[in-house]
Amino acid sequence: MSDDRGKGALSGKRFMMGDVACAEGALAAGCRFFAGYPITPATEIAERMAQRLPQVGGVYIQMEDEIGSMAAIIGASYAGVKSMTATSGPGFSLMMENIGLAVMTETPCVVVNVMRAGPSTGQPTMPGQQDVMQARWGSHGDYEIIALAPSSVQEMFDLTVEAFNLAETYRVPVMVLADEIVGHMWERVNIPSAESIKVVNRRKPTASPEEYTPFRPGDNLVPPMVCFGEGYHFHATGLTHDERGRPQTESAEAQQKLVQRLCDKIRRNADKIFRVEKTMLEDAEVAVVAYGIVSRAALSAVRRARATGIKAGLFRLITLWPFPEKEVAHVARKVKAIVVPEMNCGQMVREVERAAKETPVIFLSKLGEEPHKPSEILEAIRGTQKR
Amino acid sequence: MEHPYEKFLRRERIPHIWCEGCGNGIILGCFARALDELKMDLDKVVVVSGIGCIGRVSGYTNTDSYHTTHGRPIAFATGVKLANPELKVVVISGDGDLFAIGGNHFIHAARRNMDLQVICANNFIYGMTGGQHGPTTPIDARTTTTPYGNIEHTFNLVHLAAACGAVYVARWTALHVRRLTESIKKALQKEGFSFIEVVSPCPEIFGRYNKMETSIKMMQWFREVSEVRHFSDPAKADITPQKIVVGEFVDAEKPSYSRLLKEMTAKVQTQAQ
Amino acid sequence: MPVRTWRKPLDAEKIKVPKGEVYIIKNRCKGCGFCIEFCPKEVLEESKEINERGIHPPKVRDEDKCALCGFCTAVCPDFAIFTVEKNCDGGC
Repeated sequence: MSDDRGKGALSGKRFMMGDVACAEGALAAGCRFFAGYPITPATEIAERMAQRLPQVGGVYIQMEDEIGSMAAIIGASYAGVKSMTATSGPGFSLMMENIGLAVMTETPCVVVNVMRAGPSTGQPTMPGQQDVMQARWGSHGDYEIIALAPSSVQEMFDLTVEAFNLAETYRVPVMVLADEIVGHMWERVNIPSAESIKVVNRRKPTASPEEYTPFRPGDNLVPPMVCFGEGYHFHATGLTHDERGRPQTESAEAQQKLVQRLCDKIRRNADKIFRVEKTMLEDAEVAVVAYGIVSRAALSAVRRARATGIKAGLFRLITLWPFPEKEVAHVARKVKAIVVPEMNCGQMVREVERAAKETPVIFLSKLGEEPHKPSEILEAIRGTQKR
Repeated sequence: MEHPYEKFLRRERIPHIWCEGCGNGIILGCFARALDELKMDLDKVVVVSGIGCIGRVSGYTNTDSYHTTHGRPIAFATGVKLANPELKVVVISGDGDLFAIGGNHFIHAARRNMDLQVICANNFIYGMTGGQHGPTTPIDARTTTTPYGNIEHTFNLVHLAAACGAVYVARWTALHVRRLTESIKKALQKEGFSFIEVVSPCPEIFGRYNKMETSIKMMQWFREVSEVRHFSDPAKADITPQKIVVGEFVDAEKPSYSRLLKEMTAKVQTQAQ
Repeated sequence: MPVRTWRKPLDAEKIKVPKGEVYIIKNRCKGCGFCIEFCPKEVLEESKEINERGIHPPKVRDEDKCALCGFCTAVCPDFAIFTVEKNCDGGC
């Protein structure tokens, strides 16, 4: 690893691993607490944080398990410090209960899942995209989260910064759903200077301790946040609570109000949250909807298709959740078919199908050590032309 | 005239939900008195609790407080303390929450000598969910999930805490109100991981199922069988129907995780220059 | 060995045993009986009145005996009883 001792933020052109870029993105966003547990292929994030956090005056702790890691980052966030954990499938499953706690207590934090082949122990060193639905639905109860899917080492940096900004804005755990390839590959990263990186911090209340109501939402449905030690003596609980944070275990009204708002604060702000990248879609007759490492093969396939005269385009999902339904529906109305390649048995394709309605959707599954080859996606694109 | 501990409580939430004769209220009172006698800055105290009857305690203290998922208050508290070392982070939770589901977090926080104070309300049962057995339920005791008598050996919590490396370990019953207050005060001022077990009455459920139907009977049992023995061997301090050894078991000095972290971070930053 | 005294301690006149006033917040009482049972001077007994929970809260039987030990304050789980030092300047 390069000698970055003592440097707060890195900057300039670097050549680094995806996991390392993710860690550097977190530091650039102001993350100063990391709690994690080693797990392939996310361990390098923890190792980089262990090396860098003491240099910048932050704290790295290796907890005894992923459950403790998720609990610790919620604690650190409530104590006023931007916090993150990083894991893969098995650890992600363990974290689910506390992800629910983070959602319920509206805790800004970032959870990185460098997805590997599952289920269960699966293939630790092989890529997968099998956790994308779990990211959305994994914890019990009704809620919404935000999930981003980087497809390059540059995006590992950029989207981690974005994840922190979204977490602070919406007081919600934000997931960075990378995969083993994006996590472990080395590419050039352009790290902007610290001053030029946009960093968002949680909104603080203007009310005094006597007037402040911890869970009363602002205009964007998100309550301003105080932290422990600021003199507000507030209470936060995983139980259904009212705006003052008091447990309300028997009130239907409290349940309705709180749970609906936890969903609405993402749904109603979805237009500001979701990000997609559209390539050659303006006149496309067939669209490929892809994310993560697969989107790079998809781009190559789309280019090759264009070279042979097929009007193909790429719709790359950068936010997986909230799912950009309206955008997908809009594309679906203009094209004759949609191809969805995924490294799983069919997950985001269901969302695409739902949004695409009548437009035929062809699903390309690939399970195993490599993502789809561009030729495989190209064949599927060609297949749509025969209709 | 106002109750002397009123300012430590969230007034609008009193009376609390705990049953008549429940030890949780006594623990809360002793904690309030400890804060009072130490003149602690309430702005800097954070009370973290898990799930269980005692888990509701964080809702009643007039401090910053957090009610976590089952078994996780210690892990959460670790994050709080490391993120802001100026805060005094106290975990108050139950025997099941801390030692069944939360056992792993307990042993590692003790091993690391995290700067936390952990107060365990040990009432031998899972009260909140209606009276199931837990890791501290005495052998032969009746609970809803041990209708023929408990066949599991019970945890000796002070032995466990001492073995894991806690620097302060004490056990008192809910009857020993003054000594419990003194122990809490000592723990609050001590660097490192402190553990105080409070043997606490659950008259409604544990007592009723085990022939101590009134709260007074349970407290009388504590009075009859507890023996104050400071610094005895915690390994020999199992709780039996005939004897409860109370007192301080460990009072040691060891650098805390926070201290070592601070030293390491300072060294790293100096080397960088 | 318990200490047995067979004469008055020499500084007995100098030590003033404090006197306490007992305050009971009746509607907080849940009727556990700890204060009555464990008061070393038997200052309290169960009253006949009923509070809003249907419980007989304690009542003071003989406040003169209260020595301000504070045990009832400490052992009450419900913050329903406390003692305050009586002002004995004019004699108690």
